[in-house]
Amino acid sequence: MSGHENASGAAGAEAYNFAYLDEQTKRMIRRAILKAVAIPGYQVPFASREMPMPYGWGTGGVQVTAACLTAEDRLKVIDQGADDTTNAVSIRKFFERTAGVKTTEETEQATIIQTRHRIPEAPLAEGQIMVFQVPIPEPLRFLEPRETETRKMHALEEYGLMHVKLYEDISVHGHIATTYAYPVLVEGRYVMDPSPIPKFDNPKLDDSPALMLFGAGREQRIYALPPHTRVQSLDFEDHPFDRGHWDEDCALCGDAGSYLDEVITDDAGGRIFVCSDTAHCRARRQAGHAGAASAPYEEAGA
Amino acid sequence: MTMMMDRLRSADRRPAPVAADGARGPLLTVDGLAKHYGARIGCTGVGFDLWPGEVLGIVGESGSGKTTLLKAIAGLVAPDAGSIRYDAGAGPVEVRALSEPERRRLMRTDWAFVHQNPRDGLRMGVSAGANVGERLMARGQRHYGRIRGAALDWLARVEIAGARLDDRPSAFSGGMQQRLQIARNLVSEPRLVFMDEPTGGLDVSVQARLLDLIRALVRELGLSAIVVTHDLAVVRLLADRLMVMKDGRVVEAGLTDQVLDDPAHAYTQLLVSSILQV
Repeated sequence: MSGHENASGAAGAEAYNFAYLDEQTKRMIRRAILKAVAIPGYQVPFASREMPMPYGWGTGGVQVTAACLTAEDRLKVIDQGADDTTNAVSIRKFFERTAGVKTTEETEQATIIQTRHRIPEAPLAEGQIMVFQVPIPEPLRFLEPRETETRKMHALEEYGLMHVKLYEDISVHGHIATTYAYPVLVEGRYVMDPSPIPKFDNPKLDDSPALMLFGAGREQRIYALPPHTRVQSLDFEDHPFDRGHWDEDCALCGDAGSYLDEVITDDAGGRIFVCSDTAHCRARRQAGHAGAASAPYEEAGA
Repeated sequence: MTMMMDRLRSADRRPAPVAADGARGPLLTVDGLAKHYGARIGCTGVGFDLWPGEVLGIVGESGSGKTTLLKAIAGLVAPDAGSIRYDAGAGPVEVRALSEPERRRLMRTDWAFVHQNPRDGLRMGVSAGANVGERLMARGQRHYGRIRGAALDWLARVEIAGARLDDRPSAFSGGMQQRLQIARNLVSEPRLVFMDEPTGGLDVSVQARLLDLIRALVRELGLSAIVVTHDLAVVRLLADRLMVMKDGRVVEAGLTDQVLDDPAHAYTQLLVSSILQV
């Protein structure tokens, strides 16, 4: 613990303890994380702190990351799959200044990956930690507004209501139209909101070798999936879970199997689809892959 | 109204409730039940037997403890004293001694509660089909087509057009909402149904149709029911037996026709004589 003191000195934020939070707070958060790991999918309350950013910007994820970081860690931060969007850039800069840790954009190099709304395309490995930013941890919230009641429903495994939502989806849209924050059943016990990741990423949660931690700052909850946890997406027998697909390939790297973002290119209906995971897309282009709209690969600044 | 009552009564009055197979005891036995709100009495010293297939009416004026009693029996409020024994087929079980998961399971499978205000008993944010299907999904049914089929079937049984299956209850009239609430409760084929003023707030012609429907369903499914109402016409049509409550206590109990036609207690006499004759 004492080894962390003043480790951030070189980064110019001498007034702060390593990774911004004081050691007692990190201890409290680690206790909640340990409990969450011990009961996969169970939402553990914790005394969430005010962070120097507004709620909804990842205060839960930042606290979990701060509690997990060591000086040797290499941090990657993504927002909607991209390393260079506002949320990702500001959180990465925050930890560069307050913890002085090395950062990376390559999934394989990272030991801790804080994410908003995506799981990277590159397969995760043993020893990596994924930290998810969670706005609303309670999957039953929009069906049952009472916290006392939802807790009881979790305790007694009364999850019929979750299927009422999926039923309603099918009756209105003809298929399960929940495309993100798609509820999952963890180890056959707790129903969990996997944070607003697209349902495309749900299969990556199942039996993942990495540790998955979920932090909700405003709602003051932490939950977790230890490595190699069984995670099933809820569905009906006659309407099985479908992760979705695109008719297009990535216009930049030509990948046919990654999660794509739609990009409007003009005001005449022109659009292309590109990988949401920017690090994955760049690595493929570096390796010589090309899509329909791509120019030859050049290093930035070259 | 009176004409219809006469027709219904003469046509198919239910036989006096007897245990059909002889050997079975009462479905529900309530003994010395009490619920106090601080120093005030909600209900006290209430006891009765309810037999399989029997409908028990509870009448009394507002504030007499009818709804408190019903909620105490159904477990919606915790009683202060007394016993509630329920026989699901394997011998009587003390409901108050059940663990919470067991009691909640009982509440959503074998029992059903029809609220006075359908908004209390329905999920207003999801379609009629999802409302009816909820209990099936809570019991673990995971086949969309079959759940939908069951919902469609139940809408027909409560006389709601199948085309309304995907409409939200907020788009329904008050009478339809009440029928939907009944369908939602009966889909799990409960043995015991609690009804709190099932016809409250409905106009008389809608009331009459709803009563017809409840009578038919109760007979068809062999349900036992406890019906709380202040409307004596409702119990005249539905109930085999009657309990009259005043100030939290039962002042008179007996066969419905006997109590209504030949009331013994002064309060019951007052109640019966207060009915407007049209």
